[in-house]
Amino acid sequence: MSHAQSATAKSGVDFGKAIKDGLIAAVIAFALLGPLVGLRTDQNMSHELILTNEMPLAMIYVAIIGVGRFLLSAFVYPWISRRAAARTAKVKAVPTAVQLEAGVRRSRFAARGGLLFLFLYPAIIISLVGINGSIKWVDNFGVQILIYVMLGWGLNIVIGLAGLLDLGYVAFYAVGAYSYSLLAINFHLSFWLLLPIAGILAALWGVILGFPVLRLSGDYLAIVTMAFGEIIRLVLINWRDFSGGSAGISSIPKVTMFGIYSFDVGAPNNFAKVFHLAMSSAYYKIFLYYVILMLALLTAFVTTRLRRLPIGRAWEALREDEVACRSLGINTTNTKLTAFAIGAMFGGFAGSFFAARQGFVSPESFVFMESSVIVAIVVLGGMGSQIGVALAAIVMIGGTELLRELDFLKMFFGDGFNPDQFRMLLFGVAMVGIMVWKPRGFISKRYPTAFLFKKKSISGDLVKEGEG
Amino acid sequence: MSPIIKPWDKDPVLTVEHLTMRFGGLVAINDLSFSVGRGDITALIGPNGAGKTTVFNCITGFYKPTTGMMTLRRAGGATHLLERMPDYMVSRKAKVARTFQNIRLFSGMTLLENLLVAQHNPLMIASGMTILGVLGIGGYHAKEHEAIERARYWLEKIKLIDRADDPAGDLPYGAQRRLEIARAMCTGPELLCLDEPAAGLNPRESADLNELLLGIRQEDKTSILLIEHDMSVVMEISDHVVVLEYGTKISDGTPMETKNDPRVVAAYLGVDDEEVVAVEHQLDEQNKAQGSQQ
Repeated sequence: MSHAQSATAKSGVDFGKAIKDGLIAAVIAFALLGPLVGLRTDQNMSHELILTNEMPLAMIYVAIIGVGRFLLSAFVYPWISRRAAARTAKVKAVPTAVQLEAGVRRSRFAARGGLLFLFLYPAIIISLVGINGSIKWVDNFGVQILIYVMLGWGLNIVIGLAGLLDLGYVAFYAVGAYSYSLLAINFHLSFWLLLPIAGILAALWGVILGFPVLRLSGDYLAIVTMAFGEIIRLVLINWRDFSGGSAGISSIPKVTMFGIYSFDVGAPNNFAKVFHLAMSSAYYKIFLYYVILMLALLTAFVTTRLRRLPIGRAWEALREDEVACRSLGINTTNTKLTAFAIGAMFGGFAGSFFAARQGFVSPESFVFMESSVIVAIVVLGGMGSQIGVALAAIVMIGGTELLRELDFLKMFFGDGFNPDQFRMLLFGVAMVGIMVWKPRGFISKRYPTAFLFKKKSISGDLVKEGEG
Repeated sequence: MSPIIKPWDKDPVLTVEHLTMRFGGLVAINDLSFSVGRGDITALIGPNGAGKTTVFNCITGFYKPTTGMMTLRRAGGATHLLERMPDYMVSRKAKVARTFQNIRLFSGMTLLENLLVAQHNPLMIASGMTILGVLGIGGYHAKEHEAIERARYWLEKIKLIDRADDPAGDLPYGAQRRLEIARAMCTGPELLCLDEPAAGLNPRESADLNELLLGIRQEDKTSILLIEHDMSVVMEISDHVVVLEYGTKISDGTPMETKNDPRVVAAYLGVDDEEVVAVEHQLDEQNKAQGSQQ
């Protein structure tokens, strides 16, 4: 007896109680299901009521309920309460400085490892699936995800740092894409010259939008920025002479390797020709991968720098308390405008890259759905955290791409099952799950921008999200 | 009565003249005039709803007064008309800093970061309006180091140096109040406006606060204007008390004078109508007596 008790205490499982729970549940289930399922009434051909005995089915249901209840009582509930207890214990225990430092070091190590992986990614893919097989993995996954990482990092400045809810970010992406397309086609300028110009134009539009709307905050700001995104798209659709309308702009020049090598098939300095390689679009995709990787890292680098400068601290202070900012002599209008403009500038860079990569832009690429995906990336990542935003972009964009590969589900549901129809549904369920599990995003910690003695992370509970 | 020049009128850092603030039909401040002497601790007191915080909001530019003039004279001789400045310029140019009745710290930022945000404007110039800072050119690092040293000075002064790298939201209430004062002082103000700095403090913390404020006046040569309900703070440290009731000034003088002013007593303790008449009568007699003396 004493042995059994100690065993119970050790494993935390009370089998006696669990068996009792299971039996009670089975009895209740039998009382209900016995008549309901076990006795089926039907009409026969001559419209007579006949009774079919379905007791075996009812017994299967009862068994499932009984065993299920037993498993819940024996394992699931104790596990939940143990977890809750562990969590309260963790909240109470203040982490020591050593632990905190280890946390900082670990995250820095993870960031370096991730960076190394990003640089080696095309090489790894090529060695795994060969040069032609790599196109899908480098382009659909690598480049696509990195575009959204960059957009997420750009919007992170506006939403995560300055706390301004911008639902029209895709407008700046569109401005960048169309700036590059139109200037490249009409004036035959190089991508490398047009990249900064597209960024500056997008920043200019950020200021133009920002100036009238920044006296708004919260929901109002969100609605007006959303409307701005739609206005840009509708202008692009309707101003046919300028933007080609909904037909879009095609045959946009490719990115060149700084004018030295080209990726156009007919060009004499074609990269594959010069190096006597087999013709393949994979080289261009790999080149694009490194271009967007560098652009994304530039965004991250500039944002990290800005956070340590007074302007970045002012953004975060603005998110925490705008009135206090003004009492300290900070011009909040200008501070908000710079956040809008710098965020928009990175959106513009990403847009011009997008146009060059696709070779085709149309207003269809800049619908509200895009804005909401980028906002979702920022929120899911944990507002203000760059690594969190990168993780969220990988999960969201990589996840939707990976869900295209659901053909194996046909094994379970038969050939008539079309997994593509469930892609977005599964994705939505996953999003809801993540937000329940981590309501403040993947990384809710904030790292201070300056320290006197020791750098400690700040719990997300104290960090405010801004008024809008 | 012949005009006796009060000490705070000789070299006032701030003069408020005929300040009136109306919100629709409500007159929150009615023709208020007073001055804050340089190097003085001036207390603005009055019952709840007397319009004290509204006066603060007008001085610091958060409200635009309906009428009136507020002149700030800096030690260098420059004068600023506060009613014409936007709120952030009042702090930046006229060097008036303030704290809030309900503490407004940047709770998700560390103590040090809070004090660095307060030094935004000089640091912004040092970083070449961000452009040079991003490129890593110029003397931003030296300036930031200076700013951190200044923050360290204030953290030591408010006895929170050990918690410099903790988030401000984690501090106990009294410490948050002290940090807010330190943050305001990091803007290098000539006039510090404190909105109920002793509210919610225990007697010990309140005594510490008195010491801190006296230190600020002595060592940092900053004049202080404070709203306070805690009479022990007012009586102990202030040089000059202005009493408001329903937006109108009812008394203005040294702490002892105001303490014995029957109108102040009436405003605070509340009186029946008959007593008001009695008090007014008494005041008239006092005035007459003073008049006959001169």
